[in-house]
Amino acid sequence: MNDSNTAPTGGSAIAPGVFGDNRQSLDIESEKVRIDVRNLDLYYGNDQALKNINMKIPDNRVTAFIGPSGCGKSTLLRCFNRMNDLIDSCRIEGEILIDGQNVYDKAVDVAEHRRRVGMVFQKPNPFPKSIFENVAYGLRLQGVNDKRRLTEVVEGALRSAALWNEVKDRLDDNAFGLSGGQQQRLVIARAIAIEPEVILLDEPCSALDPISTAKVEELIAELKHDYTILIVTHNMQQAARVSDFTAYMYLGELVEFDDTAKLFTNPQQKETEDYITGRYG
Amino acid sequence: MATTEATPSIPQNQTTRLWLKSGDPWIWLIGGGLSISLIMVVGLLTLIAVRGFGHFWPSELIETTANVNGQTTTILGAIADSETLPAVRMREAGMAIPEDQVLATRYLFELGNRDVTGRDFVWFAESDLGAWRYPVDAIMLERREWGNFFGYAVALEYEGRTVEGEALWQTLQLAIDRANDLYDQVQAIEKGEIGRINTGLERLRLQQRRLEFDGVSGAALAEAEADMAAQRAELDAQFIDIQGERNQVLEQLQRDTLVARTADGEQVRIPLGNIVMASQNNALGLGGKIGFYVQRIHGFLTGFPREANTEGGIFPAIFGTVTMVLIMSVLVTPFGVLAAIYLREYAKQGPVLKAIRVSVYNLAGVPSIVFGVFGLGFFVYLLGGSIDNLFFPERLPAPTFGTPGLFWASLTLALLTLPVVIVSTEEGLARIPRTIREGSLALGATKWETLWKVVVPLSAPAMMTGLILAVARAAGEVAPLMLVGVVKLAPSLPIDGEFPYVHLERKIMHLGFHIYDVGFQSPNVEAARPLVYATALTLVLLILILNLTAIAIRNRLREKYRAQGD
Repeated sequence: MNDSNTAPTGGSAIAPGVFGDNRQSLDIESEKVRIDVRNLDLYYGNDQALKNINMKIPDNRVTAFIGPSGCGKSTLLRCFNRMNDLIDSCRIEGEILIDGQNVYDKAVDVAEHRRRVGMVFQKPNPFPKSIFENVAYGLRLQGVNDKRRLTEVVEGALRSAALWNEVKDRLDDNAFGLSGGQQQRLVIARAIAIEPEVILLDEPCSALDPISTAKVEELIAELKHDYTILIVTHNMQQAARVSDFTAYMYLGELVEFDDTAKLFTNPQQKETEDYITGRYG
Repeated sequence: MATTEATPSIPQNQTTRLWLKSGDPWIWLIGGGLSISLIMVVGLLTLIAVRGFGHFWPSELIETTANVNGQTTTILGAIADSETLPAVRMREAGMAIPEDQVLATRYLFELGNRDVTGRDFVWFAESDLGAWRYPVDAIMLERREWGNFFGYAVALEYEGRTVEGEALWQTLQLAIDRANDLYDQVQAIEKGEIGRINTGLERLRLQQRRLEFDGVSGAALAEAEADMAAQRAELDAQFIDIQGERNQVLEQLQRDTLVARTADGEQVRIPLGNIVMASQNNALGLGGKIGFYVQRIHGFLTGFPREANTEGGIFPAIFGTVTMVLIMSVLVTPFGVLAAIYLREYAKQGPVLKAIRVSVYNLAGVPSIVFGVFGLGFFVYLLGGSIDNLFFPERLPAPTFGTPGLFWASLTLALLTLPVVIVSTEEGLARIPRTIREGSLALGATKWETLWKVVVPLSAPAMMTGLILAVARAAGEVAPLMLVGVVKLAPSLPIDGEFPYVHLERKIMHLGFHIYDVGFQSPNVEAARPLVYATALTLVLLILILNLTAIAIRNRLREKYRAQGD
């Protein structure tokens, strides 16, 4: 238990223990900024889905986005690797700077940008290929066809994703033969095989059973040493367990963004408190 | 009065209402709908199967007397058909039916012996016929000319001596086997060797014309002409050799003769070269009948047609149909798939695209004969004519591609089935989950890479579905083919040993057209009718086999690309 945490206010849904041992309270102002979101507005046709979002996302930390369904957290996540470009009616104003470079700049090569910002989706989406080829896919796209190099990277990625021991004897089997949890870790391995700088996780555990969820959460804890991780989740316990910082969003607005333990135990905004104590709605 | 009726009618009403509410009547209705469809389909298939398969079963040979116009003759034959009619109508048709009969039965006898009597199928009223006998020694001969022969074997002139009595039947079978071998040799020589020499001579003639076309003159011309003259002399010499060989075999073939007697006592000499097979139907046991049956079916499937398609086999038609469908598949798949990918993935969605899509879908409803006319006008005359002018000017005015042929038939069918492939592929592409595409894009793939590496392989089963539907439609199509390449009798198969092995410009035979031709253009309706059923059965089975093959491939693809929740 760490005593430095502010004492929980009455009625918080999150027991103090979940934040993990040895947890230090973090000060959001003193973190090194990796992603800087400035005045971001997003419209689907005439509907505004994101309203004037401003936030500085710290480097090598896990940042969680929580909020009720339809609050725009997934939409915001998909802005970081320009997945919203696929939707015709979607229009974006404002800036997202990653390392000082605006990702919506006309000069940015979208495919190249997505290599730097990897993404894992809600439902496991392996390709109809072998396990090996799934992980090697991103590298092959970059023109890497050297068998030895591929083998090395695939093994490394699968080890990082804590999947290597389970699949090392059947790398040539179809990826669809894996269980849901294994598929999700495979997809994470696929994302880290191309060594992105930022990893976006869009409700990565919502389709998984508790044991698989636990494995993926452990994996996130491992990966944050090397990557900046953004995770959208519906599960507040999960946000509390895995993240360093948490952003609460409501109706397209960023309500509160702070250290996770602080946000859950001592929220500054009334709306945040209502949500995390279950009085929302 | 109203009250007395109303009291019992309330539960009545309620039962009806409950019955309607339970859904039972609707279940009966839809179940009935399905049953009627099934009965119709099964009935059709059963009719084709029974008539088609039944034709080859050895029928019993019946000997009886027939009273025709006051004269009594002995007849021998097999019953092809029978019907029971009102006696009045039979009298009107000129048959003498006794006064006391109301209904009368008549039989259609296949008497064969077209060379002797001129009529091989004759109707006889039951009352004109005497007692029926089934003579064990009656024989049926399948002949290369003049149709079947029914009668009795008298003697066999074999190796210069006359065989009679006990040994006759055994020896006859030996002689027939020998004659069939020799006949095959003659065919092989005519189609193979002589065909090769003819091709060579034709090539030399074309070279000659080519020289004239190119305006070659002087020493070059003289040299080329000398060279060609030498080659021609060589071919001529070979031809004389081969012709001698052929004549020798033919002479061998004519060595043996069967002396046979018809039922009314006339003696006939039948050269063995004319006999395909002989059987004593009435003497056959079950095993013998099955053997006979298998042999006839085998002959039907692998043989070439004879006697204006009313006899013999349908091998060229099977071969032509399969070749055409395969070439059609090779043509339609890339076009359809590429068009569908563009329509679904790249084209800007809007009114123009909607109009294009509706037009494509409506192409499926255009009568197929319209495609035939288009194929003839555009493909054959315009494209084919241009190809001839550009590449085969020395053969003109004889057209090469500027005339209906295999390639144009396949291309026309490809056009006809294009909408099916496009629609299926589009549906397949639409069914690929968005998450899979996003997964690929998120790894830095461009749209094209995503399509090519992930989406297209995943929708391969849907493309196969389109191809299955296309094959089923194409194999059964007849109308357009009559215009663009299918003929009654093709002199040679579209694939053979002559370079370039696949002859896309050749005319082909086709099962569907064969059915039409045999059924409606045949000089001998009675002999042809069973063949219509047999050919239809073959076509249905062929389509079934093609479809099953495609379905097997599709299932393997599905297994390979099986996605979760699929």
